[in-house]
Amino acid sequence: MTMGNDTQPSYLEYQGKHKGLAGWLLSTDHKRIGLLYLYAIIVFFFVAAFLGLLMRIELIAPGKTIMEPQTYNGLFTIHGIIMIFVIVIPGMAAVFGNFFLPIMIGARDVAFPKLNLFSWYLYITGALLGVLSQFIGNGPPDTGWTFYVPYSVESDTSVIWALTAAFILGFSSILTGLNFIVTIHRLRAPGMKWMRMPLFPWAIYATAWTQVLATPIIGITLLMVIAERVLNIGFFDPALGGDPLLYQHLFWIYSHPAVYIMILPAMGVVTEIFPTFSQKPVFGYTAIMISSLAIALVGYFVWGHHMFTAGMSYYARWFFSFLTFIVAIPSAIKVFNWISTMYGGSIDLKPPLLYAIAFIFLFMIGGFTGLVLGSLATNVQTHDTAFVVAHFHYIIFGGMGFAFFAGIHYWYPKMFGKMYNNRVANIAWGFNFIGFNLLYFPHFILGIQGMPRRSYDYLPQFHTGHFISTIGAFILIAGMLLMLFNFIRAGRRGIKAPANPWHGVTLEWKIPSPPPHENFEEIPEITSKPYFFGSSDKTKQ
Amino acid sequence: MFTGASNLAEGVDKAFLFIFIIAFIFIIGITVFMIWTVIHFSRKKGKEAKQFRGSMKLEVLWTGIPLILVMLMFWIGWKGFAPMRKVPADAMVVKAIGRMWEWEFVYSDSLRSKELVLPINKPVKLDLVAEDVNHSLFIPAFRVKEDVVPGYDNWLWFTPNYIGNYEILCTEYCGLLHSAMVSQTRIVEQDEYDKWFEELKAASFVPEPDGLKLLRSTGCLACHSLDGSKLVGPSFAGFYGSQRTVTAGGAQKTVTADDAYIKRSIYEPNEEVVEGYARNLMQSYRTLLTEEQIGIITEYLKTLVKNEGTQGAGL
Repeated sequence: MTMGNDTQPSYLEYQGKHKGLAGWLLSTDHKRIGLLYLYAIIVFFFVAAFLGLLMRIELIAPGKTIMEPQTYNGLFTIHGIIMIFVIVIPGMAAVFGNFFLPIMIGARDVAFPKLNLFSWYLYITGALLGVLSQFIGNGPPDTGWTFYVPYSVESDTSVIWALTAAFILGFSSILTGLNFIVTIHRLRAPGMKWMRMPLFPWAIYATAWTQVLATPIIGITLLMVIAERVLNIGFFDPALGGDPLLYQHLFWIYSHPAVYIMILPAMGVVTEIFPTFSQKPVFGYTAIMISSLAIALVGYFVWGHHMFTAGMSYYARWFFSFLTFIVAIPSAIKVFNWISTMYGGSIDLKPPLLYAIAFIFLFMIGGFTGLVLGSLATNVQTHDTAFVVAHFHYIIFGGMGFAFFAGIHYWYPKMFGKMYNNRVANIAWGFNFIGFNLLYFPHFILGIQGMPRRSYDYLPQFHTGHFISTIGAFILIAGMLLMLFNFIRAGRRGIKAPANPWHGVTLEWKIPSPPPHENFEEIPEITSKPYFFGSSDKTKQ
Repeated sequence: MFTGASNLAEGVDKAFLFIFIIAFIFIIGITVFMIWTVIHFSRKKGKEAKQFRGSMKLEVLWTGIPLILVMLMFWIGWKGFAPMRKVPADAMVVKAIGRMWEWEFVYSDSLRSKELVLPINKPVKLDLVAEDVNHSLFIPAFRVKEDVVPGYDNWLWFTPNYIGNYEILCTEYCGLLHSAMVSQTRIVEQDEYDKWFEELKAASFVPEPDGLKLLRSTGCLACHSLDGSKLVGPSFAGFYGSQRTVTAGGAQKTVTADDAYIKRSIYEPNEEVVEGYARNLMQSYRTLLTEEQIGIITEYLKTLVKNEGTQGAGL
């Protein structure tokens, strides 16, 4: 049963006012904009991953391997800027949020389609400027993606370009968040009360508020650094009478919530996958929904844990450590609800579920090592070491990245109307999972032993860990290329996907694959809670 | 494992152990449960999925237990950390200076040393001073770390428990040679320390030329050696009066390293770059060195003949 009309062309074939490439670049269709983000993100992701691989090759042995220190410092800076500002912060919300949020709440588009397209143009401008900063002026910025003052004021490299890029990307993020908030408030299908909304839209909702409220702070902070560099106004540089810790506070007031901008939609994606592949309603709907909002809220007040060793007062350290432990609770609640969703189900271990399970495993390691960093005593040993590098790659890549892989395997048939090869997808999963753990796990041990982060060179006792890590990098890159190949091949000659290949029950599975231009012929009327799978489910609203 | 190289190690290692044990139990437990669930409830077995939606009892249970556990972790972490902020009144004070890209330790009577030599079993407080950008002083074996931030009076303290050499690392990224900002702390018996201190005192009474002092305090020696070895920039050994092949405005030319050249190189370091070295690594020192000071440096450079240029350098 499908609600769409098969005679209406799909959004991929739809011919509007503009044809060909212009039909994409000027389209205000949320699905086409979602794909524009997807393609941009794939390109930038492989660029940044390649930079990461170069860093790993340099670190395979102590001393100089393939590059000079200045090159390495530029590489880790650009790797960080692209990965954080261009990929993980916008990634999930911009691709899956754009494509599926309107469909899952029964809308024909977002509230402001033109603003949505404008956000993409801001995004692509900022992203290109970020890459351009590699090649113009006095060489690649070498400050790290955190732009810590005073070094970022003193460095002679193209720091201003990178700051401007991050500033523009911030605006794109704010406008997308605003658009989604209004969409969720105003465009839900008739009968879709708040508590009848699926959990992915709920996660996007929590994310969108964070985007709107936290991003302006980084915007003004980056402008202040630019003002300091250009006009010599002493906000942060002590040589000019400024306060270097003020910068760190302002930076992390945004950049810690930014971690939740990355992870909340990722949690939303796997929350959709577990019920579908278990054929069972999500366990603890309300608990998961409240957890999303709680993470977004408490996440504002933990930024100080990035500065435990920076010279904050004793009580500030106490306070931020306490809150950091509190913010772990909602994440734990989600994990328990996800595994309970699988319990008692009819489980079909297809690639999306495989990635979602890997997500839980990696996210748990990332989460518990986050507690090591949140605890004051252990933080002293692990702060700014390879341990932090391992922790945030487990959260951002193992968490957000693997959830993205889960999501793309889940929704690919819907987005492109084609099925990919399951066997190849499973093999690529194996490479990704093994490669990922080989690449990042050794960094936990290196970090505890004292290996500093952002280091071009290292002492001989750290050699084994770095060597294993570099081997892992090659395996991971191979797995990701295989995954990409699988999707490209499916797009060219995959078999046609049915409207509902996984027997999902949210609205996107009730319209054809790929969806028609306006999603729904007739806007559906919602009469019950989401996630109804069987006649034996007697729950009524 | 609870007797570390410093008095603070025990508290830190206890917190590590506690968090790791709980993490291990949960990660293994949940992973095994997931694998068992996927196998036991596999669709291939043809059983119908049970349609239930939640349990208030379970939600309370798995909110409450983790809450208790993380509060315990917080408490143990705080217990291990609290003594780090309570420095004993009789602690010996050493000033630790972080600059791009070296550590320097200033003892009483302004005696300076590149390595941190300390007597065993005696509390020491390091006052952390940054001369340029942020650094972070980290001694992994002692479980101590604190950022070295310009304008901030940060400090840390510890009591070393064992004789030995331990690495001092920089963990706050500070530019080009951040990874090479490594020193060591040497923990010795009290009488050996006294002897070392006397030697330090004696050595520092050999007067240093003013030019060398300037080079040292301006941070030039981090990149330019005095003994002919190649660092980030060219060595100063045998430098004065030599013929330099430089790239200026894209073209190569040869110039003589005379007084004017030295001044140009300090004020406009990127106009003429010596062959084999990269542009833009050095910034102009126009605001940091007067022409008079450059004159003093030039006089000192004249005294540096190749391979004999290390006197008094103490590197």
